[in-house]
Amino acid sequence: MSNQNRTIYGGKVNREKPINFVFNGKSYIGYQGDTLASALLANDVHLIGRSFKYHRARGILTAGSEEPNAIVQLGLGARTEPNIRATEVELYEGLEASSQNCWPSVNFDIGAMNNFLSRIFPAGFYYKTFKWPPSMWLFYEHFIRKAAGLGQSPTAKNPDRYEQKFYYTDITIVGGGISGLLAALGAGRSGCKVLLIDENPELGGYLLDYNFSINEKDGKKWLKKIIEELDGLANVTILKRTTAMGYYDYNYLTALEKVTNHHVEFSNTLPRERYWRIRSKKVILAQGAFERPLVFADNDRPGIMMASAGQKYLSRYGVLPGKSVVLFTNNDHAYLTAFEFVEKGAKVTVVDTRDLLNARISEKCKLLNIKVFKSYSVIKTYGDKKVNRIEIQQVDKNQNQLTGEVENIHTDCVLMSGGWNPAVQLFSQSRGKLKYDLKINTFVPDKIIENQKIIGSNNGQFNLQENLNESFEAGIAAANELNFNSVEKVNWTGKEEIEFTHSDVEPYMLGKKKVTKGSKHFIDFQNDVTAADIFLAQREGYISVEHTKRYTTTGMGTDQGKTSNVNALALMSHIHNKPVDEIGHTTFRPPYAPQTIGAIAGRSVDKLFDPVRKTSIHEWHVENKAVFEDVGQWKRPYYFPQNKEDIHQAVKRECLAVRNSLGILDASTLGKIDLQGPDAAKFLNMIYTNAWSKLEIGSCRYGLMCNEHGMIFDDGVTSRLGENHYHMTTTTGGAARVMSWLEEFLQTEWLDMKVFCTSVTEQWAVLSISGPNSRKFLEDLTNIDLSKENFPFMKFREGEVCGVKARIFRISFTGELSYEVNVPARYGRYVWEKFMEHGKKYNITPYGTETMHVLRAEKGFIIVGQDTDGSVTPSDMNMDWIVSKKKEDFLGKRSYTRSDTVRHDRKKFVGLLVNDKKTILPEGSHIVEKALKQPPMKMLGHITSSYYSPTLGYPIALAMLKDGISKMGEQVVVPLMNGKIIEATVTDTIFYDKEGKRNNE
Amino acid sequence: MKYSLYNLVKNSFSYHENWEKAWSSPDLKPEYDVVIVGGGGHGLGTAYYLAKEFGVKNIAVLEKGWIGGGNTGRNTTIIRSNYLWDESAALYNHAVNLWEGLSSELNFNVMFSQRGLFHLAHSVHDMQEITRRGYSNYLNGIDAEILNQDQVAKKIPHINVNGRYPVLGALLQRRAGTARHDAVAWGYARAAENLGVDIIQNCEVKGIDISNGKVVGLQTTKGSVKVDKVGLVPAGHSSVLANMAGFSLPINSVPLQALVSEPVKPILDCVIMSNSVHVYVSQSDKGELVVGAGSDAYNSYSQRGSFDMIEHMMAPLVELFPIFSRLKMLRSWGGIVDVTPDRSPIIGKTPVKDLFINCGWGTGGFKATPGSAHVFAETVFRGEPNDIAAPFSLERHFSGALVDEAAAAAVAH
Repeated sequence: MSNQNRTIYGGKVNREKPINFVFNGKSYIGYQGDTLASALLANDVHLIGRSFKYHRARGILTAGSEEPNAIVQLGLGARTEPNIRATEVELYEGLEASSQNCWPSVNFDIGAMNNFLSRIFPAGFYYKTFKWPPSMWLFYEHFIRKAAGLGQSPTAKNPDRYEQKFYYTDITIVGGGISGLLAALGAGRSGCKVLLIDENPELGGYLLDYNFSINEKDGKKWLKKIIEELDGLANVTILKRTTAMGYYDYNYLTALEKVTNHHVEFSNTLPRERYWRIRSKKVILAQGAFERPLVFADNDRPGIMMASAGQKYLSRYGVLPGKSVVLFTNNDHAYLTAFEFVEKGAKVTVVDTRDLLNARISEKCKLLNIKVFKSYSVIKTYGDKKVNRIEIQQVDKNQNQLTGEVENIHTDCVLMSGGWNPAVQLFSQSRGKLKYDLKINTFVPDKIIENQKIIGSNNGQFNLQENLNESFEAGIAAANELNFNSVEKVNWTGKEEIEFTHSDVEPYMLGKKKVTKGSKHFIDFQNDVTAADIFLAQREGYISVEHTKRYTTTGMGTDQGKTSNVNALALMSHIHNKPVDEIGHTTFRPPYAPQTIGAIAGRSVDKLFDPVRKTSIHEWHVENKAVFEDVGQWKRPYYFPQNKEDIHQAVKRECLAVRNSLGILDASTLGKIDLQGPDAAKFLNMIYTNAWSKLEIGSCRYGLMCNEHGMIFDDGVTSRLGENHYHMTTTTGGAARVMSWLEEFLQTEWLDMKVFCTSVTEQWAVLSISGPNSRKFLEDLTNIDLSKENFPFMKFREGEVCGVKARIFRISFTGELSYEVNVPARYGRYVWEKFMEHGKKYNITPYGTETMHVLRAEKGFIIVGQDTDGSVTPSDMNMDWIVSKKKEDFLGKRSYTRSDTVRHDRKKFVGLLVNDKKTILPEGSHIVEKALKQPPMKMLGHITSSYYSPTLGYPIALAMLKDGISKMGEQVVVPLMNGKIIEATVTDTIFYDKEGKRNNE
Repeated sequence: MKYSLYNLVKNSFSYHENWEKAWSSPDLKPEYDVVIVGGGGHGLGTAYYLAKEFGVKNIAVLEKGWIGGGNTGRNTTIIRSNYLWDESAALYNHAVNLWEGLSSELNFNVMFSQRGLFHLAHSVHDMQEITRRGYSNYLNGIDAEILNQDQVAKKIPHINVNGRYPVLGALLQRRAGTARHDAVAWGYARAAENLGVDIIQNCEVKGIDISNGKVVGLQTTKGSVKVDKVGLVPAGHSSVLANMAGFSLPINSVPLQALVSEPVKPILDCVIMSNSVHVYVSQSDKGELVVGAGSDAYNSYSQRGSFDMIEHMMAPLVELFPIFSRLKMLRSWGGIVDVTPDRSPIIGKTPVKDLFINCGWGTGGFKATPGSAHVFAETVFRGEPNDIAAPFSLERHFSGALVDEAAAAAVAH
């Protein structure tokens, strides 16, 4: 039989549109408009999953986003998602879901034996055991880990797409219930830009589930009119299925919109979810309230649910969750649900904790033949996989104990209501302060910090009449405060048959003895935290709310304590005999509800994770089979293999081509910063260690940049282009850091300096040609006089190259005669191809970064970040010559007199030649004082660069070595992890052309 | 009462009604030999070792909120000792050695789980960096394995080694792992109290009394107290306390955020760190993914960060583990980290006699907890740092003898 719990009429599901779905492998039929939870209840499925710790049978507790129990594994394969709240899943054709945390099945779950052993598993039991022997912890832990967790992670890449949207608005209203709608209407009519967010597929909130009248009209008809008007306002945007997740400083909100989650077909054009990032001048919170569970022994069985949830299943989905129903309440309001159930054919018994009952309610109960047990409490429930019987007993409130006979009631559904808690999560995230309200016994908003209003039951206000007018006026006032015109006030009149006015919070009145003697009064359903656990935490001294939370894990489930927090705090208040206000509450942290990680990542995935930067010559490199390496965000050719060469063969060929004839390197990735202004030279004097005042126009100079500690952090050549105009180059990876560094000092320290810095890295393509034939080669292609006399080393000239306007810098990183030809980036590939064509007669050879590294190492030129590491001074690199002794000040100067910086035995930059002339030392291996059979060994330094030198025919290495300069010619040892010990001789750092003749040719 | 399976079972017969307090809440006495300011793991541990190893009798730990409520209870629980410099390696490895016996030592299961930590390398430069660090670890007697791409792919199921920044290799420390952070504070507190230490919560220090250059007392929200020696261990507020004592620290305090996902069944059994893609992640025993990354760029004492940092954690996480995209972020939080110029801590003497400080642990203090507490206890007791603590003096920021762990990760070409 299908849909056996569906009422004959009523509800808003579309009974014309049946939907097939599968739960735990079994097919069912629901209707369009159902949630997975309502459809399961309609089909008399109450056992949904197993609890976290004791694997107890759990059903459906609520009908919304606060659900702790009914969480399922939704979908299959790469689209499977764990821990999805069945109460929020809109039913779609072909939906497949299954129970979690159970094996082999939810009906027969081996893990359920934990429940029988639960006596030795109180809160925090794991802190007290599994300590011996220490080596066994990983073994115990393996089983603990397997038992923990809830659903399963997907194991394939997510095929769906997520998007992000930035949004700016005057007013954001969170919550589309009565209050939110009216606030939106008030603000919307005034013409300001309004964003209304609601997590449900349908606006109206509480109005959709309960009956009442507004302006003498049926509430639902009134609602339709309001929504129609809002839909017609162009300045009002309504987001349904959207949950406000985070509330950050200055009214910055994040919200997650479910775009296609409820669709039958997966969309190729729409994202699955859209992440909204909203900056709002004003925020109005109208999120409503959550109904609070009551705490009694075995209050967790399937079939026990919140009264408001029962109301919703019945009135919205036409599902009668039980036929013989007990309502357990401590307030008047829940009687509405009792009446509704009777009307739809259920037999209802009420157990009320109070002794006095409103006469009108009494009368109606009599009329509807509802038996009311006044001053009674449910003290225990029975039923293996669904509740079938409860025990009740009279309560003596004055004595705080149970008295009299225990009575039994057979039932198939228990509805409970412990009052209502405003949903203060977002309010708290916005740093709003809460106070404890003794009338409704819960935390309500007190002090607002942000530019914000909070209205309706979200503000602890449950009177319909007042909410109608206050909410509408809050909308008007918010718009008014933003200088929008006032609109006319409207006098709404609303009436509900019974209103929520007050309730106690009384998890403890059920008899202290009962609580602790092994029975399970659940406070936090998902994490299996019982009242006894809270008692235990207090007994053991975990008295701060944060300690209680962390020790018992109450409020730390996927519902983040929406149903449990207030009860836990009230119980602590009872135990310590202190007002709840003094107990305090834990911090509410974002997000409001669990939010998809992929949606937060948005489009920053795969290729868009981080932009790839390519030079204007990149495609040529690709076409010519370059192997690339990542340098920062850049792709740089690593080497250009020909005819199946490996890296060593290719690098050897490339190196020799440069040394013997002509090589070409795409150096466009080097950072380039254009400096202009009358104080540019003064600025350079402060930024670099050497002197810049006397650099002539048309000249280039190498500079080292150091931080305040005097440690090298970047280097490059800067050229003077004009009177107040310089062109600075930086390392590829350091470009952005240098730019920020310059700006930081200009903007925060030297405000008087007149200098502008502009990054021009991507404006210029840089073709570095190097080798003895480079002058001959370039002469044919340029109008610039390249003669040694007129264009010497370390000079700069402007002219044309291949008909393109160019800047040529005569600088060298290879030690060969070299020219760095800069052309506007858009001509980069054109000029490169011209060079390749014209260079054929010199066997022009494109080379990559590895060859560049080898060539410069042969010359002992440093690479900042490889040979240096942020802990070395210019002096450590034997570059004292570059540190001005005359300049009054520059960055790093003060540090060169510090005792550690002037220490004589600091590590120094040296060369190393292995004695066997064969072994290439691993970069990163260390020189030790004495090679021992086993570590530890005292380290003296490490290998920073190490290559086979094709020019020399043997390996060379660069290293940092303690007191290295005084060790010239000495033997050192380098132990490898494989046990080998390499012997080497300390040399200076220049292995080739020590006199530096070649680049001066 | 000793914590054991035997006692757990025994107590189950009396419905666990006879467990004693793990620690009590005594009143502040008028005078102490040593007062430790800051009831996090480092502070409580210091008090414990002072009592246990140095026989100091009259000790109090003052905590302005609840113990373990600062960075001890806000971190991603990663423990490792594979640091580059000898000085750091000695300090953090001392900690790992103590971690290994900590549950037994404290009779409190801190769940130190040596599930191995992979430090991923994504570029040639990264490979050079992990090789250098790996060799340095190896020669310092710290376990280190340098893995290539295939080995990483084999050892870490579901990792994406061919992303925007491919995983070229990793530095593996098998002795590294995670622990249960709260348990560290609670375990030390319980063990310290058993040795007579007074743990005073909700007691904020408002002033430091100094006479003739020596600390003599403290003004607190629970009254004033005379002291012989004071150890300041107030992570997140070190500069504030130092200012009370009349000196300043080279420290910036910035928010650092972390987050957890919803719990799922075991899917990741090791710790992953990536500096280049910039995220670290492990899975807790409860099943939650615990994720962290960079700190916010502004100074603050409020324990909340900005959302864009969360975004910058999630994108790298999905880059490395595309399968986690559909999981849900459950809870995020922030802590305040005290960052020194060289990203190494300050442990030792201050300009005020008998006033010692242990601070500046930046983003990585949790892993050092027992080691830090142990060497600081000795520093406070002897009045001089031992060999392990000595390089971390405040003085190094004047002399320039920095222990710059951040330096080694520099990127350039």
